[in-house]
This record gives sequence, structure tokens and C-alpha cells, in this order.
Amino acid sequence: MIDTPLLEVNHLTMRFGGLTALDDLSLAVPAGKVTSIIGPNGAGKTTFFNCLTGFYKPTVGDVVMHHPQHGKLILNHLATHRVARHAGVVRTFQNIRLFPSMTVLENLMVAQYNTLQHASRFSLAGLLGLAGYRQAKEEALAKATTWLERLGLIDRANVAAGNLSYGTQRRIEIARALCVDPLLLCLDEPAAGLNPRESAELNELLLYLSREHGKGILLIEHDMNVVMRVSDQICVLNFGHKIAEGTPQEIQQDPNVIKAYLGEEEIEEASA
Amino acid sequence: MSAHAAQQSAGMALADKLKDALRIGLVALLLGIPMLGLTTVDQGGGLQVMTRWPLLAQFVGVVFFGRLILQWLVGHFHLRKLQRQRVAAKTAVVQERPWLKWLGAVALAFAVALPVAFSGNRYVIDIATTVLIYVMLGWGLNVVVGLAGLLDLGYVAFYAVGAYSYGLLSTLFGWGFWETLPVAGGMAALFGLLLGWPTLRLRGDYLAIVTLGFGEIIRIILVNWTDFSGGPNGINSIPRPSFFGLEFKPPGDTPTFASFFHLEYSADHRVVFLYYVILVLALLTHVFVSRLRRLPVGMAWEAVREDELACKALGINVTGVKLSAYAIGAMLGGFAGVFFAARQGFISPESFVFSESATILAIVVLGGRGSQLGVVFAALLLVVLPELGRDFSDYRMLLFGAAMVLIMVWRPGGLVARREPTIQIETAAVQGATP
Repeated sequence: MIDTPLLEVNHLTMRFGGLTALDDLSLAVPAGKVTSIIGPNGAGKTTFFNCLTGFYKPTVGDVVMHHPQHGKLILNHLATHRVARHAGVVRTFQNIRLFPSMTVLENLMVAQYNTLQHASRFSLAGLLGLAGYRQAKEEALAKATTWLERLGLIDRANVAAGNLSYGTQRRIEIARALCVDPLLLCLDEPAAGLNPRESAELNELLLYLSREHGKGILLIEHDMNVVMRVSDQICVLNFGHKIAEGTPQEIQQDPNVIKAYLGEEEIEEASA
Repeated sequence: MSAHAAQQSAGMALADKLKDALRIGLVALLLGIPMLGLTTVDQGGGLQVMTRWPLLAQFVGVVFFGRLILQWLVGHFHLRKLQRQRVAAKTAVVQERPWLKWLGAVALAFAVALPVAFSGNRYVIDIATTVLIYVMLGWGLNVVVGLAGLLDLGYVAFYAVGAYSYGLLSTLFGWGFWETLPVAGGMAALFGLLLGWPTLRLRGDYLAIVTLGFGEIIRIILVNWTDFSGGPNGINSIPRPSFFGLEFKPPGDTPTFASFFHLEYSADHRVVFLYYVILVLALLTHVFVSRLRRLPVGMAWEAVREDELACKALGINVTGVKLSAYAIGAMLGGFAGVFFAARQGFISPESFVFSESATILAIVVLGGRGSQLGVVFAALLLVVLPELGRDFSDYRMLLFGAAMVLIMVWRPGGLVARREPTIQIETAAVQGATP
């Protein structure tokens, strides 16, 4: 008997006018594992993320989250912010989207807005500085510093996020997403622009999050050093179709995948 | 327009600058021939055309050298700005700025002592009261524009709602100043939500146009709905606030402020009292807004200004955050409106025209978006500068405009452009910024 997966994608299709960006995509994402989505540019990977996290409404199909507390949630029926708040699906962006003039620490505190806002009772308890709110703030601060320390960012806590280097900003975005306490973390090319040491650290972090914290991780990535080392399963997209699915070993030997990445055999022969 | 063009041309070579100045000089010459070079003189019943070439030559010369000096100034400031940015990039770590706090404390002490220092000088206290009204309006609009980043060109509408709430409630139902204050604030907040709701999806220019329209709607309703608002005649004889029930008026049957404290009656008492009322209101606004900024809702305002999509991805309800900014900004504007009505004793739609909105927005932008202290300096500048210019009567607005342009060239981010973090932790590397 197989456990129910954390997230189920059923026959997802997304059309923009005449263009079909995603075509009948089905996928199961388990908790505690890393699932990678790979594919050439324009394969529909980011569109898939946008459908998943409520930024697009899919034309056909459903995205179902099996939430341990809230039960079965259909993500494409939720408002964008409720996908993160209620269903625990939090994403990062391909082009980093931090709050650039706010400090790193503030970025992480904003991520805990819903918890803090609840504790501040429509800002009244916060304005009066009541104990309940102060405690919630301490806890939020502790959570933020824990993740900052884990990701080696603690020295930069008081610096405006926009002033930091690209690799550091990527890590901040992950730390910020973690502060929302996601069940499923969707990372859109987190290794882009990282140097080899940074991407090795990223590998280690992804394994740590999935193994130790039991978080489901959905990863879009072009860097095969990351994908092949951390993935438990890989889904390959090309022109919106799923062309292969399996473990890293299976994917590396799949003829369809090789064809999509390296082109048809005739072309290879012709160029050889 | 000219500031923008000038900034682009900053850092040109000398030859380019000369060429530019020559071109401007040529334009001045062409314009000047009909306007200055030729003149008509009335000579015995007929008009005769005379020439004034020396005057024209002077004019062209002034324009030519003026342009050169302007170029030099702009280039100079631009270089300084670049240097500052380089320095700022090196020390990216946020630093404490103790002198700003000191400046704030000095300003507060001065504000408290002002009526004593200028006792009997009603003019100064009146101006100071006006400054404080604008400071309060600036702080209110700062929530919407500075923190939440929603460009609002119709802010004066909420000021009007507050003023008319007090005007109508006091003249029709005999409400006092202090009872009306929260009610009028609530009314203004309600109008803030009313404006906010349809504009949630709009941003930037489009939002500015809609808010501009909203401001005009309120004003036009006030002008035309004569039965309700008195139309263009406004509302007369609005009661003035009393000191805990003690009126400010010549001694009569009921105890007045002067008789209760055994003072000789003077009309200045009320002026000073009103000054302290607005000072207290403004300080409360300041404390309120600065505390809100450190609360989750304030941080969310700034986050929405920085990146709306990222907020949604983190589970923040952007609709709620924006509406709360509109409501709170509007409420503060409403409070200021109540005070305005109580101070003037007479209100009419003429006090709530678009140029008021523009002035308040200018205060926020000039002060530095999101900066509380910057708003104070900007309000001071925008109210006092035209007053100082009274001696120059005709050239007053010209000088005012020139001062504005110079300040924006000098400090494009506003007078206090630096953003203070809302929360900080001790880190080992705060001092050790990498050079």
C-alpha cells in the first residue's frame, strides 16, 4: 500500500490563447523527498509552478494538496495568498523577488506576517505592547535567526537585502520561504548563478530539509550537479508534455530525455 | 522637466557644455527679439516700434552664463552623489544615526517652547500651527505613499471629510470637538476604504489618476449639494474647541478659561491653546505611525511597496494590507480636517482643492518617502518658504519653484532618504563591513 502523496497533480493543462504551455500533466509529489522538474527552456516548468501556487488558474485539471491538518485542498480553487497561508505551499522565484530596501531580518519577519498579525490582534495588542504579542515576536525572531544561522546569513541580518550578492540573495529567498513553515517548498532554479561551493551547500541544505524536516521539495533546476545528486524522483518536461519520470539513474538513460536535450540522432550524425 | 534634462546632461565635457549653453543662448535670442528687442512706444497719438538691442544682449548673456553655471552645479552635485553612493556601497551595513535622533529631539523641544519664546507674536504661532497641520497630513499620507507605496493624489478628500464631519455635527447637533474627533476619523477611514476598494488592482499612474478623480468627486459634491454642505458658501460659525469645558471668550456669565485661571482675557489664549492641541495631535500621530511601522502590518505595508507578488507568495493578503493603509492614512487626514475646521471656524470647498493634495504629496516626496522626520522638515520648508518670500511678492512662487528644483537636484531621494530598519539584532559583523 502506497502512502498518499503530499501533492497530486491531475491532468493539468494550461493554455494561453492558442499556445498550450502545459498538456495533461499528472504528477505525485511525496513528503520528505526531493522531486525535480527538468526540461529545456520553454518546456513549461515555471508555468507549472505558477499553476501550483495560485498565480495562474489552470485551464483544465486539478492540483490537490493532502494537508495533514486541513485535509484535502484543491489549490487551484484557492486565492493566491491562501495557497501559502492555508495549504503550506511556498515558492521562490526564478528572478529573485526579495524586498530589496528592507533588511535580511525584516524580509524573514515579513514572511511570518500571518502568525504575527494574528498575535497582534488587529495591531491593538501590538500597539499596546501586550505580553502575548511580545512573546509571538520573540518566537518569530528566534525562528528567523535559526534559519539565518543555518544558512550562514546571520552576519548579514541587518543589511538591506538588495545590497547583497546574487548567491546570498538566493539563500535569503530560501530562508524567507522557510519562515512560512511550508509543507511543500517549490524552488525555481535556486542554483542559478551560484558558484560550485555554494551549490554544494545548496545540495546539502535540500537533503537536510527533506530528510530532517520532512518537507516536500519541488525543484526546477538546470544544474545537473544539483538535480542528479539530491533528487529522489525526476520529471522531465518538453513543450508542456511529461516525457519521462523516474529516479536519476532511469532519467539519465532514458532515450526520450536524451533526444529532448541533445536533439535527434540524424542531427548528431550530420554534425559528426 | 528642466531638472530631469539637466541631470541627464550632468558630467559633460566643457566643449559640450559650451555648445549646450550656446544653443540655449540662441533660443533666448530668438525668443528675445520680439519680446525684448522690439518695443512699442506711444509717440504723439501713434505707436512706434523702437529697438532695445543692449537689453537683449544682456538678456542673452545672462541666459548663456546662467546655463553654464547650472550645468556646472548639476554636474558637481551629480559627482558628489556618485561619491556618496560609492561610500554607501562600501559600508552596506546599516548604521545608527544618532544625530538624526538628536535633531528630532531639538525640533520637539523647539516646538514645545515656541509659544513661550514668541508669546504675543500671533503671526508666528499661526504659521507654526499651519506647519503642524501639514506635518500631520504629511504623516498620514506617508502611510499610504511612503510606506505602502500607493500614489494618492486625492488625499485632500479625507481632510475634507474630517472637516465637514466636524462642521456638520457641531453646527447641526451641537457636538463638541473631542467627541467628534474619533467619529470624524472613523468617517474618513470609511471613505478611505471606499476609495481603496476599486483601486486595489491599479498601480502607479493609473492609481494616481483614480485617486485624483476621487478627490475631485468629494470636492464637487461639496460644492453642488447645497442642502447638505452649504455649497460654495461652506459652513459658518463652527464652534471652537474648549479647554475641558472652559470657553475662550471674554468674561461673561459662565466661567471662561481666563476667569477660571484668573488671567486677563486675551485672544491669544485660544491661539496658543490651538497650537498645543495640534502639537499633541501631531505627536500622537507620530507615535501611532512609528509604532505601526514596527508592527506586522507596517512591515507588510513596506513589503507590498517593495514587491506585491512576493507578498502573495508568502501568504500575505495584499488586499487587506492595502486597505488598512488607505483606512489609516485617511483616518489621520480626517483628524487633521477636524482640527482645521475647529481652528478656522469656517470651511468651504475652496480649502480642499487639488493643489492642497499636491502640496501634501510634495511634503511627503520632498521629505523622503517613509521618513517621519523628513516630513517635518519638508512641511516647514513648504509653509515657511512662501511666507518668507512675502517681501518679494511677485517673485514669490518663482523663488519657491527654484528652491524646490534645487532641493530635488541636491537630494533626489528626499531630505531624509535613509530608511531606518524596524528591527535589528546584534551581529558580530556589524562593525566589520568589508571594504
